[in-house]
Amino acid sequence: MNIHEYQAKEILKTKGIPVPIGFPALSIEEAVSTIDRMESDVLAVKAQIHAGGRGKAGGVKIAMSKEEAIQAAEDILGSTLITKQTGPEGKCVNRLLIEAGCNIESEFYLSVVLDRSSSKIVLIGSAAGGMNIEEIAEKEPEKICRETVDPSIGLAEFQARRLAYGMGLPSALARSGAAFIMKIYELFIEKDCTTVEINPLVLTKEKELIALDAKLSFDDNALYRHPGLLKLKDETEEDIRELEASKHDISYIALNGNIGCMVNGAGLAMATLDIIKHHGGTPANFLDVGGDATVEKVTQAFKIIMEDKEVKGIFVNIFGGIMKCDIIASGIVKAAKVTGMQLPLVVRLEGTNADSGKKILAESGLLITPADSLDEGAEKIVSFVH
Amino acid sequence: MSIMINRTTKVIVQGITGSAAQFHTREMLSYGTNIVAGVTPGKSGMEINGIPVYNTVQEAKWETDANASVIYVPAPFAADAIMEAAEAGIELIVCITEHIPVLDMVKAKAYVEKCGVRLIGPNCPGIITPDECKIGIMPGHIHKKGHIGVVSRSGTLTYEAVHQLSEKGYGQSTAVGIGGDPVSGTNFIDVLTAFEQDSETHGVLMIGEIGGTLEEEAAHWIKQNMSKPVACFIAGKSAPAGKRMGHAGAIISGGKGTAADKIKTLRSCGITIAETPGEMGEAMIHALNALHPKN
Repeated sequence: MNIHEYQAKEILKTKGIPVPIGFPALSIEEAVSTIDRMESDVLAVKAQIHAGGRGKAGGVKIAMSKEEAIQAAEDILGSTLITKQTGPEGKCVNRLLIEAGCNIESEFYLSVVLDRSSSKIVLIGSAAGGMNIEEIAEKEPEKICRETVDPSIGLAEFQARRLAYGMGLPSALARSGAAFIMKIYELFIEKDCTTVEINPLVLTKEKELIALDAKLSFDDNALYRHPGLLKLKDETEEDIRELEASKHDISYIALNGNIGCMVNGAGLAMATLDIIKHHGGTPANFLDVGGDATVEKVTQAFKIIMEDKEVKGIFVNIFGGIMKCDIIASGIVKAAKVTGMQLPLVVRLEGTNADSGKKILAESGLLITPADSLDEGAEKIVSFVH
Repeated sequence: MSIMINRTTKVIVQGITGSAAQFHTREMLSYGTNIVAGVTPGKSGMEINGIPVYNTVQEAKWETDANASVIYVPAPFAADAIMEAAEAGIELIVCITEHIPVLDMVKAKAYVEKCGVRLIGPNCPGIITPDECKIGIMPGHIHKKGHIGVVSRSGTLTYEAVHQLSEKGYGQSTAVGIGGDPVSGTNFIDVLTAFEQDSETHGVLMIGEIGGTLEEEAAHWIKQNMSKPVACFIAGKSAPAGKRMGHAGAIISGGKGTAADKIKTLRSCGITIAETPGEMGEAMIHALNALHPKN
């Protein structure tokens, strides 16, 4: 789960981690009154969207006066921002963060993340702050310091110190730097984060360390034990169909094509997209209906797929293991009737009771085209849709 | 022969009193798996399908000398169940559970390694040696006894691959589901090492997907260490970047973990690639014949 920068900074504040003075604004009126109340004349007006690259796309403006700040707020709020991470359709900016400017002396990079190859939490620090860390990792890897956390003892104080020195924090600040690093790590663990990224971590001219930007992502699997975090979810940042699907325990991702898919199992669902493309078709969605495909779930799945008006045909690919194909077939027939499905429907059933499943489809009175193999199914749906 | 499990393996079912666990216990028993005990805290003295239930894994092990365990415990408690089995010295732990918090697994995996036992999963269908032992939820009847080792991050896609092999007359020595999570107990190299040492395994079919670098690491290992032919299918060629495709570990992030990169590395290390999921069985046969060309 992702949250906005201003929400991340609120959380940092609760842990005593310094952030700039700032307030969110969800409307122009709010922005204006916030800007008026700010003590500083130098203000940062920042678009709040769940994507990076905002600065380059004009989503972050530094204003030298309150008038400038108001103009910036009017320009950014309600606009559609297209950044490297939003995709070509961009994201609409519904929220702003208004912050007091600060006197930057130097910028650093700090993040905490899971290192998949060691299955351990790793802290990454660099003197190259404010830049794209992946580029630095590729072009100047020597500028990056890493500390791997031993799960049995957590991050050790000496590791936080070592990282502070390695990042190039001035020696006089190593102690407060280490304390800052330790607080960031503790936050990561306490909130079950998947990422905490402070880029840039700024050293001000007043010799203070503050988190000028903060990105926090949370482990979806752990949200059950953080009910307070769930409240921070911004549903306008999510695809409506993906949200709806997750409420029914269906895994759904919208894509750009016109062949709807329903499959049991994530790997098989990915493979189904692959085979459709291989036969010249374009999948409209990824959908994993899971291991307990009841009539209700299959009906929900059809409904969600068909909400996408681009869909011209549907491919159902089920490998019945414990789930019997005849049960699935009955579910498909009921769901097709309930939803009034008129689109071409190709159903490939394999596994337990596949033959009786196929019989049920054939006798349903519906126009359902059976397929015996992955290739056959994909070929047929592609030919129907073209 | 086979790897890791066979007809003598003695299995404990952790979480046995849950409804899914009871169902799968019956399925495993009817396949012929030697289930010797169940564990559910507080339910000691019960019997499920004739299987005695104990409060703790330690007690179950003392009473039955079990050497494997399968975990059907809900996600909030599953990591603890893994660690309980590891501490009791269960040599092979198979965790079916999906949605275990990542930080729980980071701890559990480190603990398992400290205890010197093997964890398969979590979020996996399990492991099966056809006609001998099934530990997990896979449909036994699609499997045939034979000489192809199967190792996969997936569930139903693995069944698809096994089905293709069985239909073409190529049975399996052992099929291992290593699971779809970003933190897993066993990786491809662990399983390939065992297949390489198993005289009855003549070739290996690997099924990977986007996310992480397990396939690339396996590719380099295969090039250096594997004498037997390997075929591979990678799911997710059409997956968009940045989106979690069902499995928690199936995500392309920071440009890393794409199907294209994995396929490139695998090919360069001599592994036969199945271009589409419909050709997984064929790719395996092709790889076998390439090593031992038929006259």
